[in-house]
Amino acid sequence: MTVDVSQFHQVFFEESLEHLANMESALLQLEGGGNDPEVVNVIFRGAHSIKGGGATFGFQAVAEFTHLVETLLERIRSGKTAISPEIIAVLLESVDALRDMIGALQTGADGDATRNAALQRQLAEVLAGAGETSPHASNEARAAPPTACPVDAGWRIQFRPHRHFFRTGNDPYRILRELSALGRLEVRADISTLPPLLEMDPEECYLAWELVLQGHIARAEIDEIFAWVEGDCDLSIDPLATPNQPASAMTTAEVRHSDDKPASQVAERRAGQERRQAEGESIRVSIEKIDTIINMVGELVITQSMLSQVGAAVHGLNDAAMECLRDGLAQLERNTRELQEGVMRIRMLPISFAFSRFPRLVHDLSSKLGKKVELKLSGEQTELDKTVMEKIGDPLVHLVRNALDHGIEAPDVRRAQGKPEVGEIHLDAYHQGGNIVIEVSDDGAGLNRERIVAKARERGLLPADGEIDEERIIDLIFDPGFSTAETVSDVSGRGVGMDVVRRNIRDLGGNVEVTSESGRGSRFTIRLPLTLAILDGQLVRVGNQVYITPLVSIVESLQVRRERVNVVAGRAEVYRLRDEYIPIMDLRKVFGINGAVSNLAESLLVVVEGDGKKVGLVVDDLLGQQQVVIKSLESNFKPVQGISGATILGDGMVALILDAGQLVNTACGNSAYAGSLSGKATVAA
Amino acid sequence: MATILAVDDSASMRQMVVMTLKGAGYDVVEAVDGAAALQIAKSKSFNLVLTDVNMPKMDGITLTRELRALPAYKFTPILTLTTESAAEKKQEGKAAGATGWIVKPFNPEQLISTVKRVLG
Repeated sequence: MTVDVSQFHQVFFEESLEHLANMESALLQLEGGGNDPEVVNVIFRGAHSIKGGGATFGFQAVAEFTHLVETLLERIRSGKTAISPEIIAVLLESVDALRDMIGALQTGADGDATRNAALQRQLAEVLAGAGETSPHASNEARAAPPTACPVDAGWRIQFRPHRHFFRTGNDPYRILRELSALGRLEVRADISTLPPLLEMDPEECYLAWELVLQGHIARAEIDEIFAWVEGDCDLSIDPLATPNQPASAMTTAEVRHSDDKPASQVAERRAGQERRQAEGESIRVSIEKIDTIINMVGELVITQSMLSQVGAAVHGLNDAAMECLRDGLAQLERNTRELQEGVMRIRMLPISFAFSRFPRLVHDLSSKLGKKVELKLSGEQTELDKTVMEKIGDPLVHLVRNALDHGIEAPDVRRAQGKPEVGEIHLDAYHQGGNIVIEVSDDGAGLNRERIVAKARERGLLPADGEIDEERIIDLIFDPGFSTAETVSDVSGRGVGMDVVRRNIRDLGGNVEVTSESGRGSRFTIRLPLTLAILDGQLVRVGNQVYITPLVSIVESLQVRRERVNVVAGRAEVYRLRDEYIPIMDLRKVFGINGAVSNLAESLLVVVEGDGKKVGLVVDDLLGQQQVVIKSLESNFKPVQGISGATILGDGMVALILDAGQLVNTACGNSAYAGSLSGKATVAA
Repeated sequence: MATILAVDDSASMRQMVVMTLKGAGYDVVEAVDGAAALQIAKSKSFNLVLTDVNMPKMDGITLTRELRALPAYKFTPILTLTTESAAEKKQEGKAAGATGWIVKPFNPEQLISTVKRVLG
């Protein structure tokens, strides 16, 4: 029977990458000054496992490389080598190299052999400098025992098991059987120590054997058979005398004890246990399968709400039947909701997946910039949708890079200002309402208002004089092409970024806010929906159409008061809302809905906010609020300006979901808003 | 047919061991670490235990010691899966009551032949 080991390769790659990630974060923990033996154990175990798998599955290069890493770690673990920043750096690089090697194996590409060789040399140097044994000293199992040469005549073996022999799970009979497979075996049992039957303990071994094994047999073959029972028996193995190989030529072979050191005291308390436990048991399922289920559940929700409406409208049933129906519908609603929540949770992952790359990033960047920074993570277990997580990664990297480059000052500057030399960057995540909030804060210099304003004036983004309000200044940093960095470093400062950060966050249906205090630091607060599949919506009626406004973007809704409406430049209308003027958008006009243009005085104004600006949407009526399942217009139809998607209401009607951000931009950017929205966005009822 | 308990925290190694042994006709139960194995071992009996050494929660040496302390496992063969570089682990395993060891890396054929040696 043959087993094709290549079928386990993929699993090996995946688990190796997981090990590498764990090793990396543990290394960074060590760098942070910890000297926790459990942390070293995590790193060691990772290397050990990769080495074992690499060798087993035929990835010799991986196995050899990891062997060096493991040897070094073993030294550290046993206290022979002290941890130093240099060693941590080499180990971190080794983790990278291994990750590349495994990535290369996965894709079938070639790894960077030169770098790996250089690293391997470096590791060997560290090892040579750090201890007495060479990294290959442990290959003892391969070394042939001195008496390995075959003997023609055979061997005389005295085999006297100790009393406790059976308790190791070994069986003398197995040994005799295996020996007999090597050659002709004469067996003589020694029963002299056998006690009388009544005194006999059936769990003890009383017999001994004198064996003569004839044939052309290597000593190593015999040694191997007895290898497991060394120390559990008295054993002597002597060659049988032959004319051309006198017995005296060979000394009495002794049982090998070469590698038989006393059990080293390895106080292996289980490191990283909590982390492991947090992972729990899991199965890997393709994301498409989950999305199919989510879609089906979405349909189910729609069917359920349709049934609810039907149920409410049913007449002519007797009371008992009515009650039955109502109970059933209520239960259906409850179960549907739970099912929906449960299914959504499948796509949720703790944000630690997105946070995990930052310790390394901060470590590398801060040493490159010559700054001292401590990264604090909290709320790592906060869950959010996998897709949202994937898309928020890059913006977060940007914010952290900026905090490091622009926020945190150089150590001497900090000292001069009476701040601790080591700056702090804090990544925090928590749930708030139906949103997840991610905060990136630092205790650095804060935004430099003067410089921002000066730069903006230089670029003509601001008028040359006059007061500029706080909000506008902060808004400037999100302007495309805006950067105040004096020199463009390869870390940041090219001015591409913050605008992309904001756009990415908005694309996810979220927003980002900044607070900053000069000399005290900045805080970027990102608010994101937990999932992209469901939305809390406010249903509004415009003519005979129903639209959905995302609840999160609604600031307030109010009755229009005629006297507060002003016409600017003869065409655009604005509304005076307390002390500010906001543009008004009549959705009838915008979407070209037939019927008389609404009488403003009888209409309602829904004030929505997007991109930090407000706009008033004129609607005929506010209907209910409900959770709606978002269906993409883009994939089912085509993208439509001002509309972010569609959903199916309980009565089977399709309703379009308004994109507040786009509407606001249209209203504020172009005075003639109505003309800029191409085509009609209405749905035949 | 003989029933074997296979313990390894590495999914790839465990899969290989389990599939190899099942392919050879053995009944195999798998466990992801020593603690899980001990739990399983208490509820079911096995003809052979194969355990990795380096594992989280409970390592193979401790598992061996714990199993030997159970009356049902007094004489059950227990083999540790150990790497050649960890010579002291073999002895540590022996001291804890292991029957023997299989040296990593091993291929499926070597695994089966060793298991056959023990189970006869």
